Amino acid sequence: MSLDPATVRRIAKLARLGVDDSEIARLQGELGGILGWIEQLSELDVEGIEPISGVGQAALRMRDDVVTDGNRREAVLSNAPERAGVFYSVPKVIE
Amino acid sequence: MLTDLSLTGALAGLESRQFSSEELTRAHLDAIEALNPRLNAFITVTGDQALDAARQADAVRAKGEGGALNGVPIAIKDLFCTEGVRTTAASRMLADFVPPYESTVTAQLKRDGAVFLGKTNLDEFAMGSSNMTSAFGAVENPWKRNGDNAALVPGGSSGGSASAVAARLALGATGTDTGGSIRQPASFCGITGIKPTYGRCSRWGVVAFASSLDQAGPMARTVEDCAILLGSMAGFDPKDSTSVDRAVPDYRAACQRSLKGMRIGIPAEYRVPGMPMEIETLWQQGIDWLRDAGCEIVDVSLPHTKYGLATYYIVAPAECSSNLARYDGVRFGNRVEAASLDELYERSRAAGFGAEVRRRILIGTYVLSSGYYDAYYLRAQKVRSLILRDFTEAFGRVDALLTPTAPSAAFAQGEKMDDPVTMYLNDIFTVPASMAGIPGISVPAGLDSSGLPLGLQLLGRPFDEEGLFALGSALEKAASFSHVPAIRAGVAA
Repeated sequence: MSLDPATVRRIAKLARLGVDDSEIARLQGELGGILGWIEQLSELDVEGIEPISGVGQAALRMRDDVVTDGNRREAVLSNAPERAGVFYSVPKVIE
Repeated sequence: MLTDLSLTGALAGLESRQFSSEELTRAHLDAIEALNPRLNAFITVTGDQALDAARQADAVRAKGEGGALNGVPIAIKDLFCTEGVRTTAASRMLADFVPPYESTVTAQLKRDGAVFLGKTNLDEFAMGSSNMTSAFGAVENPWKRNGDNAALVPGGSSGGSASAVAARLALGATGTDTGGSIRQPASFCGITGIKPTYGRCSRWGVVAFASSLDQAGPMARTVEDCAILLGSMAGFDPKDSTSVDRAVPDYRAACQRSLKGMRIGIPAEYRVPGMPMEIETLWQQGIDWLRDAGCEIVDVSLPHTKYGLATYYIVAPAECSSNLARYDGVRFGNRVEAASLDELYERSRAAGFGAEVRRRILIGTYVLSSGYYDAYYLRAQKVRSLILRDFTEAFGRVDALLTPTAPSAAFAQGEKMDDPVTMYLNDIFTVPASMAGIPGISVPAGLDSSGLPLGLQLLGRPFDEEGLFALGSALEKAASFSHVPAIRAGVAA
């Protein structure tokens, strides 16, 4: 199976992953190859089987709704690629 | 040489004052200095901090105090956040990331006195089976084929940890295993590695790949060494909602346990077409060893085994695409400037992620996208149910399963790179246990005809790591694997 170029571009857009036009053909083949191989699952009858998202305990633990950490602004911002004072900075979003 | 000691042996030597932790640590740092330029097993070496920690451990021991790992130099996979020490996940995205906090697992190792030599190389974001996807370069396996100097891969994703331990650059190391990332490199490098039950070790502070599968575990040169390390790494952590509140047993004591009456299942479906005869023979040898040790051997069937890998390559990329959404070039990580916010995301992520990570993000995004979710992701979740049911039914009849760890010995750098699916097939024997969350250990059991190590894998019931340590010790004793790699501390081939 092969994905068409428009599908590759659509997935890349959804993933917010920049893809060059020069990469499209290679990705069509690679992703198509992986998805084609995965297709083998369609031969299984899964009617009535309960899906599971993991194998841990069914219910998550609850804890008291209290503040346990905080007031560590500098630690939080210490790896920011760009900051303005005590804020993260990004290009203007509203035109 | 101090670097030839097992972790257990080193602890005994420290306790009887035959040498200090400073001497032991310095011996390992010297070995790293000599061999790491070639092996590339470490991304970051923290020599000064290691020596400081070693001197502190010596002072603690002099007072008759100290934890179970006091003064023992080990290596940490560069996926565990270490406070103040760069943590890269072997990605350009995190090349300059310095965590302001410590992962729970490494905090517990430190609590018990372990000395950290540095951070080991891995496949980028732990996605790979060869360590070839690291943004910090490939890792070399210290083992060589007879009469052939070709550089072999150490396996992956915990390839740096495996290479470092095998070459005697560290007494042990942490790894993480999502689909085989501890067990397969352990097999390729002739060492022992255990992936504990999902929930046994806290995932807090470990860079996430696929959260329903990721699990930390130890890698070392003996089963007992792994037992000691896991005793420190395991335990309940309220900061990880999937961590299980259950006492940590004495794993070291379990290594001595008798196997009398244990029932070992041999799953027919692990006899795959094209598997080298040598691996088949070694597997049979393992069966005989366990029978001789008092086990009863039982044929079992895990009928959905062949669907494990395809299921994994839906579930793991789906979770990866979700987990890696956080790398947006804004809060931390690599950033490429752009005119708009969307473009900033796209460019930063394109520049920060390597080819394999990008492929998995795209596959994951596709299988979760509207119109495809049911056909791929939901179906995979149902098949995961069937895989889990296979194991649950088998463990109604047997106490553990014995299989090969990997379908081949280590291959050369550059091999199996043409087609992603060929690389994925490496994990055929390790992935099903990951999908079911059960523990698995790989123990070196023999060499193939070209002189490369091969491992056998034992799989256990949830939270029966003790059973695996008992069985693994028996295999280790029977195999008496005393082969050493061509490249190791004191010997540069």
